[in-house]
Amino acid sequence: MAIDVDLLRGNPYFAGLGEADLEAVAQRMFEQSVERGDMILMEEDPSEAIYFVVSGAVKVFKTSIEGKEQILCLLRTGESFNDVPILDGGPNVASAIAMTPVVLYGMTRTDMEELLRENPTIAMNVIRVLSRKVRHFVSMVEDLSFRDVTSRVAKLLLDYATDHGGPEEGGQRPRLTQQEMAAMVGTAREVVGRSLKVLEEEGAIRMDRHRIVVTNRRALQQKGGVA
Amino acid sequence: MIMFDMPIIDTELCNGCGLCLTVCECGALVITDSVVTIHETYECGYCTECEAVCPTGAIQCPYEIIIEDSFEQTLEQGFQ
Repeated sequence: MAIDVDLLRGNPYFAGLGEADLEAVAQRMFEQSVERGDMILMEEDPSEAIYFVVSGAVKVFKTSIEGKEQILCLLRTGESFNDVPILDGGPNVASAIAMTPVVLYGMTRTDMEELLRENPTIAMNVIRVLSRKVRHFVSMVEDLSFRDVTSRVAKLLLDYATDHGGPEEGGQRPRLTQQEMAAMVGTAREVVGRSLKVLEEEGAIRMDRHRIVVTNRRALQQKGGVA
Repeated sequence: MIMFDMPIIDTELCNGCGLCLTVCECGALVITDSVVTIHETYECGYCTECEAVCPTGAIQCPYEIIIEDSFEQTLEQGFQ
């Protein structure tokens, strides 16, 4: 199937390129379709290509030896993944799975290297894209290592469960989305999801469909640093 | 009639891209007149993936936060 040059034009990797340059990029691209749930990349496997999401959603994640998952990012149309191995020649740094049926454009390492040598505009664009990604991951490292997000999520849940007046007091039960919790504790939605799993594994809460049930207030208080 | 909560759609924010439909395993989401609407179903497990993938923030999966301490804990707290 022919590569859609208009889609490339809107991609940060190829911003500012003229028609001839975009055509040269398109000629080096291949299209790949994957079904929902298909693994696109496996962490530590040899790297074959960089990918750009044309449609659908891709989850990029790492898995611990115990099988715990940390989502690094969710990618949608126009976003790229597997950038680093293509540039440093190492293995895939993370796994990627299709959350929906996904159409990808891909480019092999050899083709990408040729493009970078031929076109300094693309090289500058790559530096900008990678810089944005470094900022994202530095922020995530900060959340996961220096700031105890789970502790702050625990405190938030306690505050909302105890301070917002239940139906017996004529008040509205507090309702929060994971995105709102993330905004309130100053982190990403993905990190909140991980924190809720940790609290559930430790027996402090139970995820019960649309309810977060505090099953052990004392454990949650200890986790949240509340006396 | 379904008595439990379903994801909430803000039709003003929905751009009709349909990404949430492709991630939904239970068919709870349908496109009507270019916006996503909820079809209530017992199959919806509140996985919140529709909320996670929505590029415009049009889908919300809010959680009610409640306390269900054990009877012993409640007594203990009451006497503190």
